[in-house]
Amino acid sequence: MSRKPPRLRVETQERLLAIVSPLVLLLVWQVMSWLKMLDARFIPSPVTIGEGAYRLVESGELWVHLGVSLWRLLMGFVVAAVPGIFIGLVMGLSRWARAILDPIVAATYPIPKIAILPLVMLFLGIGEISKIAIVAIAVIYLVLINTMVGVMTIDPVYFDVARNYGAPWHKLFTRVIIPGALPLIFAGLRLGLGVSLIVIVAAEFVAAKSGIGYLIWISWETLVIENMFVGIIVITVLGVVTTFLLREIERAAIPWRKERG
Amino acid sequence: MTEKIAVQDLTKVFEGRTVSTRALAGVTLSVGDGEFLCIVGPSGCGKTTMLRIMAGLETPTAGRVEMKRSGDPRRPLNSMVFPEHSLFPWLTVIDNVAFGLEMRGIPRRERYETAKIFLETVGLASFRSHYPHQLSGGMKQRVSLARAFVNDPEVLLMDEPFASLDAQNKMLLQDELLKIWEQHKKTVVYITHSIDEALTLGDRIVVMTAAPGNVKEIIDVDFGRPRDVFEIKAKPQFGEMSLHIWRILESEVRKARLAERA
Repeated sequence: MSRKPPRLRVETQERLLAIVSPLVLLLVWQVMSWLKMLDARFIPSPVTIGEGAYRLVESGELWVHLGVSLWRLLMGFVVAAVPGIFIGLVMGLSRWARAILDPIVAATYPIPKIAILPLVMLFLGIGEISKIAIVAIAVIYLVLINTMVGVMTIDPVYFDVARNYGAPWHKLFTRVIIPGALPLIFAGLRLGLGVSLIVIVAAEFVAAKSGIGYLIWISWETLVIENMFVGIIVITVLGVVTTFLLREIERAAIPWRKERG
Repeated sequence: MTEKIAVQDLTKVFEGRTVSTRALAGVTLSVGDGEFLCIVGPSGCGKTTMLRIMAGLETPTAGRVEMKRSGDPRRPLNSMVFPEHSLFPWLTVIDNVAFGLEMRGIPRRERYETAKIFLETVGLASFRSHYPHQLSGGMKQRVSLARAFVNDPEVLLMDEPFASLDAQNKMLLQDELLKIWEQHKKTVVYITHSIDEALTLGDRIVVMTAAPGNVKEIIDVDFGRPRDVFEIKAKPQFGEMSLHIWRILESEVRKARLAERA
């Protein structure tokens, strides 16, 4: 019984590791550049990239790109999540809704979403709306399908309890259906977040004049390689930070979740 | 004793895609007010189906169940204690216990106060803010009991509530159940596959036939009240009755096994 108590709580350790591991990767990279193991023309050192980042920050250019991408991501995400959760709940609860919508979902889900970007632009124009729409289209499937499965996999005994104890419809919703489906709703949101990053960068490569994807693409075309890396790093950090934020929201929203070590 | 529940010609047929299964074949049964009635039967004999019909969770194919209301119409007619894993994992212990009161629109303070009293009765007052996954199996079933009693129904329907517990915990919970029940004197219909449990708890024992389920025999249990769950098992009549019931049940259990293999 003389075991030393751990210095940090497991959750704190987890959070630290999520920050430390990318930093270690950067350090290894810099050392390899110093040792000339990497060709500086194609892979600049982190310090060179840092200088590029500094210039982009100082000129304000980076913030413009970041702000634009963030806005598109956030809007696309919200525009998808709200109806995605709603339709998912309806499909999870009603056989009829499933019978009507499931074939449509199943047939269109496998389409690579970026493949319909030209189509989306045809309908919605080349402005912001089409970028937000393509993100939303990519996210909505994942949210919708996961929410539906989340509702359908709620143990029937909970519905029995609710019925036997006289739950009115709105209580059934807030006390059984929503919390029962919440873990999978969040799984859908997490998957959607990952896909939305891919889609927004791809869309900005070809069909935008701003955004992190555009920054990466234009830097490649003009051979300002360090700026390209700045873009890649920024989008990566964006992924890490948003995933982290979503997990924190999830922890707060699902306090009954068993933590696995 | 006045009649509380009248079961008349209750028949349930489950229609499958290719075969239909007769779960209950015209069960007629009367449960007295304040009686503790146990139902034993081989697995698949329709006893759970009968209880679910009483609880309003299934509709009968033919026949009916009538529960007579006495007094306050705001009180629920029946509440069910489910076998296991029926606590909401997303609600804390006290919210689980107060669930029925919340469904009836009773304000939070009031329902917490009532729930607290029952949590104290089952010795879990200090676990009120825990989630079910933080509790042991025995503690969970104590919460399930409290949830049903807090709801203050006229009839308690219990479907093998302690089946998943180890022998010692089962006896402790039987003891606690009888103590709470003796205070409130509700009508109880209790399903079990354990003859000993039925003898320990019940005023009468209904022995059911193999599927399609029907009443084979009804046995009076003459042990007085209040009962001591631990002492009662040492009585010579307990062993004799247990054997007697087993003799009645045995052929049905064998029939059920044959039907399973077919």
